[in-house]
Amino acid sequence: MNGSTLPRPLLEGVRIADFTWAWAGPFATELLAFLGAQVIKIESSHRPDHARIRSLTLGLSMKGLDKSPVFNDINLNKMSLSLDLRRDKSIDIAKKLVAVSDVVIENFRPGVMDKLGLGYDVLKAIKSDIVMLSSSALGSEGPESGYAGFAPTFSALGGAAHLTGYPDKRPVPLMGSSDLRSASTSAFAVLVALYHRACTGEGQYIDLSSVETVAMNISDSLLDYIMNGRIAIRKGNRDDILAPHNVYPCKNNRWVSIAIASEGEWVAFCRAMGNPLWADDERFSDAYSRWLNQDELDKLIGEWTIGFTHYEVMERLQREGVAAVAGLQGAELYSDPHLKERGVSVEVVHPNIGRRVALGPPWKFSATPARVKRCSPILGEHTEYVLGDILGISRDEIDALKQEGVLT
Amino acid sequence: MTETALGGLKVLEYAQFVSGPYCSKLLADMGAEVIKIEPPLVGDSARRREPFLDDVPGLERSGFFLFLNTSKLSITLDPDTVTGREIFLKLVADCDVLIEDNPPSFVKERGFDYESLSRINPRLIMTSITPFGQYGPYCDYKAYHLNTYHGSGVAKVLSSILPQETPVPTKGPGFLGDFDAGLSAAIATMAALYGRLFSREGQHIDISKQEALMALERVEIGMYGNEGESRFSTVFMQQMVGGLQRCKDGYVMITLGGDHHWEGLLRVLGDPAWAHEEKFQGELGKYKYAQEISGHIADWIKDYTKEELYHRCQALNCPIGMVTTVADLVASEQLETRGFFGEIEHPVMGIVNCPTSPYRFSETPHRFHRPAPMLGEHNEEIFINRLGYSREDLVRMRGVGVI
Repeated sequence: MNGSTLPRPLLEGVRIADFTWAWAGPFATELLAFLGAQVIKIESSHRPDHARIRSLTLGLSMKGLDKSPVFNDINLNKMSLSLDLRRDKSIDIAKKLVAVSDVVIENFRPGVMDKLGLGYDVLKAIKSDIVMLSSSALGSEGPESGYAGFAPTFSALGGAAHLTGYPDKRPVPLMGSSDLRSASTSAFAVLVALYHRACTGEGQYIDLSSVETVAMNISDSLLDYIMNGRIAIRKGNRDDILAPHNVYPCKNNRWVSIAIASEGEWVAFCRAMGNPLWADDERFSDAYSRWLNQDELDKLIGEWTIGFTHYEVMERLQREGVAAVAGLQGAELYSDPHLKERGVSVEVVHPNIGRRVALGPPWKFSATPARVKRCSPILGEHTEYVLGDILGISRDEIDALKQEGVLT
Repeated sequence: MTETALGGLKVLEYAQFVSGPYCSKLLADMGAEVIKIEPPLVGDSARRREPFLDDVPGLERSGFFLFLNTSKLSITLDPDTVTGREIFLKLVADCDVLIEDNPPSFVKERGFDYESLSRINPRLIMTSITPFGQYGPYCDYKAYHLNTYHGSGVAKVLSSILPQETPVPTKGPGFLGDFDAGLSAAIATMAALYGRLFSREGQHIDISKQEALMALERVEIGMYGNEGESRFSTVFMQQMVGGLQRCKDGYVMITLGGDHHWEGLLRVLGDPAWAHEEKFQGELGKYKYAQEISGHIADWIKDYTKEELYHRCQALNCPIGMVTTVADLVASEQLETRGFFGEIEHPVMGIVNCPTSPYRFSETPHRFHRPAPMLGEHNEEIFINRLGYSREDLVRMRGVGVI
């Protein structure tokens, strides 16, 4: 498709003043940038986005501010405006930007935007229909609103860690994905507010708690406690009613997941295994016996799967209508024929870190595809463009601001 | 009545269990009208899923179904019958969004594919949520939550980071990945609705649960694609200062984001002498001797409860989170203050406290506009009042299993 026939992106014309950092904020604005919004990231070398410097969950430290593959992955399609927010003049520029923006997103600790003079009330006075979203660990109200956290903390506090892993081992905090779940929720909330604004002309303020975004996903366990007083605990891959329901070892140190949900699937599964004698055992004669005896059942299934590759098991069982899927890992995610055909990864060229593959947007739109347009910005890469072309600040003024060190 | 953000939007849901229903629930609680199509007699499979009130199963007793279907209307309909199909198409003609989760081959065979439906309703936004998306070699493969979770690579990411805890890769809690797909679909649907305000055109959205999950580990999966798997051979948790620690009554998670948090930790520990050893200074030193430092922390932590540690450390600017159980969450003053749980009055289950939403909108707040519907509760309203069928029609259609 050439440039002239590209359809109008879904969020064409939406400008976002992006004060976010780390992961939970930036992935939200990246999603919106995939959809065509113009995202202007306000950042500073005095207090750089820590994704430019390090990754806690990957144990990485970067050399310099513009070489981070982590930052690159969650800041695609964005522009960077370098502003030292400790300066009054920077705050004035930030306000000018808000005045011509549709959305403001930030994930500082609650209260920081107010202290900077960029709280919702101030911004609303500048742009009456602004949509502003604040994302924090626990929300901006309540006794714990000042508490800080990162993805693994959100996972611990939101109840997910306690329910992940094996009952005889320690809880497993989900790592970066907890930030990205929070970010996805932010993107959804902003879109709802933008839709409402487009229909009514009314903006609004949205306050989001990352811990609550985690807790939403364990609502079944929360309700089991609320309704029946039961405190759920982690149970590996097991299900409350289905068995077999687990991952099984295959050749080359790989795994395949198999889940059986009906008698018909069980019969088909046994047929695919060549109807082994043990399958007739009365310990496995109905769904409930299979559930009760799943330790033994899992062992026997594992003895069968280990003779094949995970792909072979998947193909054999899927042919019989049984839910078996290869546990993909590492480089396989890039060579798998299905994922390849769907084009899930794209190539991004970054001036300092070179050619990289990155996952593209997770949705396929038939008319207006979301897309990766460019790599993450160098810190301050678009400062002159934003100040000059968007805000109409003169060349001389920009030079003066530079001299004063405002744009650092 | 408070204004809603999505009032006036009409959503038709032809989906079951978690992903599709969660997607449309997110829209329904923000004000969209969602008509949920359920299979006659048996209903959505989530109705047969725990937890049941007082552990007594029943189609109207599942807390899981309740959560996933707040604010919706329910009709029973089998679009796979001739009459059912006709009714389904009438409903499609009159909606803004169709959310469906049926296998692509099924949809195509029935003529329920986007191309066919868009002829009836050119402004239709159709969101299809399936394990592997609408095309590609696995698109008709059968997969439950367990399968898509492991098929997305995210379980392996976790077990690479925490090999001791997950020697066998494990899925996230409950139906996490299905919720993720529902949320991803809701983002795409809202974006398409926003775009449609200007383009006036509908479109088809293809959501693959596998890809929705991959997206949430995009950084780690990106490392695989660029640096190879060796990146994960190091045991990460041993490099992390603090990390997951056992305390008197459970676990806490300590994550330090920089020097200021390290200083916070020292304040908590009362500035111990060991912390001043030369080798522990600087970021590299902390990575290198993380296990030793964490050992010191563990010694101190074991005498305190997770609540004590959580509040004490946070007050001194050391970001620590306790590993909460569902009981801790229900008792949390923080969640209570923010109104994370809200009451639903259900005709069978009575008053149930249910998770509301993680966001507070200043002008168009999240709300349960009604409890989850009883199976076919709105048959009369939709079939008689809106589509003009007679009561006798309804009786006959019910008799032959159409509704």
